[in-house]
Amino acid sequence: MEEICAKFVSQKISKTRWRPVPLGSLQTAETFATGSWDNEENHVSLWSIGDFGNLDSDGGFEGDHQLLCDIGHHGDVMDLQFFDQERIVAASSTGYVTIFLHHPNNQTLSVNQQWTTAHYHTGPGSPSYSSAPCTGIVCNNPEIVTVGEDGRINLFRADHKEAVRTIDNADSSTLHAVTFLRTPEILTVNSIGQLKIWDFRQQGNEPSQILSLTGDRVPLHCVDRHPNQQHVVATGGQDGMLSIWDVRQGTMPVSLLKAHEAEMWEVHFHPSNPDHLFTCSEDGSLWHWDASTDVPEKSSLFHQGGRTSTFLSHSISNQANVHQSLISSWLTDPAKDRIEITSLLPNRTLSVNSLDVLGPCLVCGTDAEAIYVTRQLFS
Amino acid sequence: MEELDGEPTVTLIPGVNSKKKQMCFDWGPGEMLVCETSFNKKEQPEMVPNCPFIYIIRKDIDIYSKILRKLFNESHGIFVGLQRIEEELTGKSRKAQLVRVSKNYRSVIRACMEEMHQVAIAAKDPVSGRQLSSQVSILSAMELIWNLCEILFIEVAPAGPLLLHLLDWVRLHVCEVDSLSADVLGSENPSKHDNFWNLVTVLVLQGRLDEARQMLSKEADTSPTSAGMCQILGDLMRTMPILSPGNTQTLTELELKWQHWHEECERHLQDGTFAASPHLESLCKIMLGDEAALLEHKELLSNWYHFLVTRLLYSHPTVKPIDLHFYAQSSLDLFLGGESSPEPLDNILMAAFEFDIHQVIKECSIALSNWWFVAHLTDLLDHCKLLQSHNLYFGSNMREFLLLEYASGLFAHHSLWQLGVDYFDYCPELGRVSLELHIERIPLNTEQKALKVLRICEQRQMTEQVRSICKILAMKAVRNNRLGSALSWSIRAKDAAFATLVSDRFLRDYCERGCFSDLDLIDNLGPAMMLSDRLTFLGKYREFHRLYGEKRFVDAASLLLSLMTSQIAPRSFWMTLLTDALPLLEQKQVIFSAEQTYELMRCLEDLTSERPEHGEPDAQQLQDDDIETTKVEMLRLALARNLAGAILREGSLEGS
Repeated sequence: MEEICAKFVSQKISKTRWRPVPLGSLQTAETFATGSWDNEENHVSLWSIGDFGNLDSDGGFEGDHQLLCDIGHHGDVMDLQFFDQERIVAASSTGYVTIFLHHPNNQTLSVNQQWTTAHYHTGPGSPSYSSAPCTGIVCNNPEIVTVGEDGRINLFRADHKEAVRTIDNADSSTLHAVTFLRTPEILTVNSIGQLKIWDFRQQGNEPSQILSLTGDRVPLHCVDRHPNQQHVVATGGQDGMLSIWDVRQGTMPVSLLKAHEAEMWEVHFHPSNPDHLFTCSEDGSLWHWDASTDVPEKSSLFHQGGRTSTFLSHSISNQANVHQSLISSWLTDPAKDRIEITSLLPNRTLSVNSLDVLGPCLVCGTDAEAIYVTRQLFS
Repeated sequence: MEELDGEPTVTLIPGVNSKKKQMCFDWGPGEMLVCETSFNKKEQPEMVPNCPFIYIIRKDIDIYSKILRKLFNESHGIFVGLQRIEEELTGKSRKAQLVRVSKNYRSVIRACMEEMHQVAIAAKDPVSGRQLSSQVSILSAMELIWNLCEILFIEVAPAGPLLLHLLDWVRLHVCEVDSLSADVLGSENPSKHDNFWNLVTVLVLQGRLDEARQMLSKEADTSPTSAGMCQILGDLMRTMPILSPGNTQTLTELELKWQHWHEECERHLQDGTFAASPHLESLCKIMLGDEAALLEHKELLSNWYHFLVTRLLYSHPTVKPIDLHFYAQSSLDLFLGGESSPEPLDNILMAAFEFDIHQVIKECSIALSNWWFVAHLTDLLDHCKLLQSHNLYFGSNMREFLLLEYASGLFAHHSLWQLGVDYFDYCPELGRVSLELHIERIPLNTEQKALKVLRICEQRQMTEQVRSICKILAMKAVRNNRLGSALSWSIRAKDAAFATLVSDRFLRDYCERGCFSDLDLIDNLGPAMMLSDRLTFLGKYREFHRLYGEKRFVDAASLLLSLMTSQIAPRSFWMTLLTDALPLLEQKQVIFSAEQTYELMRCLEDLTSERPEHGEPDAQQLQDDDIETTKVEMLRLALARNLAGAILREGSLEGS
């Protein structure tokens, strides 16, 4: 992790997301999207870390990420997800949900579709609507699920003007994040420490299952599902704790791990190497959690090929993983002893609001208006 | 009070005629609001001002520059790092660290300057291009001043190395020579280039003698007549004694050697060695530190401090820091020659050469349009323990005063306020109160932003602010009909009064609709339930409903009764509770014991006896009273029946 590249961008970054690489392609991540917040004018921007063919003398990549294009966004960008290769869905603090379309030919972004009243409050006894921030999005082509401070869950389809399904008052408190469990089930986390599982096949506005932290009602801010084992879920809370849940059994977390000193804003399993987990926090830290059992052996495998074959060795370890992760290393209790934690940012700054991992690449954005990128996560 | 240091700047407000209309103003955090008043003089009948706008006057406009934002953000990190430098570090390692911090600040300024320069070149609109260029020159002046302060105050270079630092300083900031050199060397025949001699002269002026020698050898190659002279001058250049960093020779040794070298140069000049070539002769005069010869090259020197450093290099190479101001002043006078008066930058540099730190900071504060520079420089110098004795007649010391100004400016910005927090943290005297005043004025448009502000307050134990923010959020939630959220926020604020208010809303909604909303929250209150009596009642009442739903009638009944007897339930709610008791009383098996039934009866009688008499009941009220009377009758009947059943049952149980 020596090679971490920072760039100051004159706007506070609320979200960073890698553009997905086409299935089965050998490409590595090279484009990511960011959203800004708390600016007079906020933006959704696309950046490229493409090497533009200029390798420096050491064979390393020269230069930092370059802005490809950007577009104004109404309100703070609260969440950002790639819908597919070209389309990005953005959640706004004004209750808007917008799909932006990227035109690679002339490098521009345009509004493809917009739901302007996805999230709203109704005042007591008055018919007037006031917008409510949309706090989380999850996409699974063609479906988009959004949650908001109004406690509402919306199910949109990219080709439908109206919401396909809306659960009003799904939650009495603020919903902070949402993820797909197994289609058509989703999982939401809220500001009183509860996980709720919703099944869109069921009518009515009751969750099919509620899991919660005991007693303390610590707000949960983020959630991610294990990429291979759909019952394993990680959440991050206001107190900076990382919780691992098995939604098949019990209503309490399998393990609670002391982590950051302030709000954990995001948690992500590595999509192809799920023994690795990444978290970032308001306290300005970004952590890499490594729960793979054979740490020393694996790192020797990585070092063998040197820098040029990083990608190759990476794919080998993926195959190894398929056999190994039948029993998730996150659920076994002694996991705690085996997890190796590394801090990825050199010095503490202001809040790290968002991170994303894809292959050997990681991107994160901070309130200190910097975007950090590394392409050698496992070196 | 001190007198003003300069004329205050006049800001024109468009659309307002200050002669006819009256204006009023108010201070916002870091900015001023100006508007027309609607007070009018008697002769003007209309009350409405012609100009329905409020003007915001910002005093720190640089904060709004997109490129300078990078400077603010990046230097924030350096600032925080500097505050954490171990106090125990002393002597060399501490000084080295402070110099490194200073260099970091300068490199951020340079990076910013370069970017701004690129943008200025690319600017299509000439006005903004000019604005950017002037920003570039301001940044460049800032870096120049900072660099000099670094040499004099932080590095505290002694005689000898001092001159080497000053040479580096001049070379870094008078950099036209590089483009000149590229131009000349790029031509086909460098020594015949128009600017050839200019280039050689500049190199000598900057003490870059190796490069100058190479140029001379080019000249020697092309004109054999002057080859001999070039050779001699080149040798003089080569043999000039200089202090090299790794060298162990003492200052006295150096002075001795230098004296010999100087005499040799002098001899050559007097012997007329270079008489045949005016160019070479002029170079030799420069190397002798001849002031007249130096001043002939004013154009190439471009400014007085270059002149100063060149003059020192060739006449006083071992100048002591104390003597600097003397040479600086005479250089300035000689260079300007009475033709023009010194500019602000000249005054600042002069103050630095005089080692008058306060004057430097004062002049910079007046001349520069932002607080960034003085705040950071002063803070750094304070860490060098250079400002301890100085106290202002207002507020705290100068460092803190400037940091507060800068941080307030950041707080006036819609987005940079987060940076300001750390600056306030490191102002021991007034930082905390300033932060308290500013943080409450941050607009909270999303809960996420509110959480960030709350975190800042909680980390600093600012309980008052935490409470007020939570209350604002709770109020907002109530207005938006989000009772669950409102309750969560009042629990977080430990605001019992507000929790009571929200609980009442829940109960009212229940009475209207007959069912509870937000069960997920109420069922999971836990210990937070104890915050207020009303909240406890809400939680317990909901528990009663759950017990009833689970058909645990006995438990439900005793809970219901205890709610009334323990006075947790508000009187206004008793009728509802008694009505809830009805279905329990009507159950086939007896649930309330005789004793419990007596208690219930007493509650009912307490309630009916204290009912106030209405003066003039209207139709609606009569109808309500009617329903009420029926309810009471039904209750009395049910209670009586239950009592009978209970006595029978208890009697038979005792008998058996």
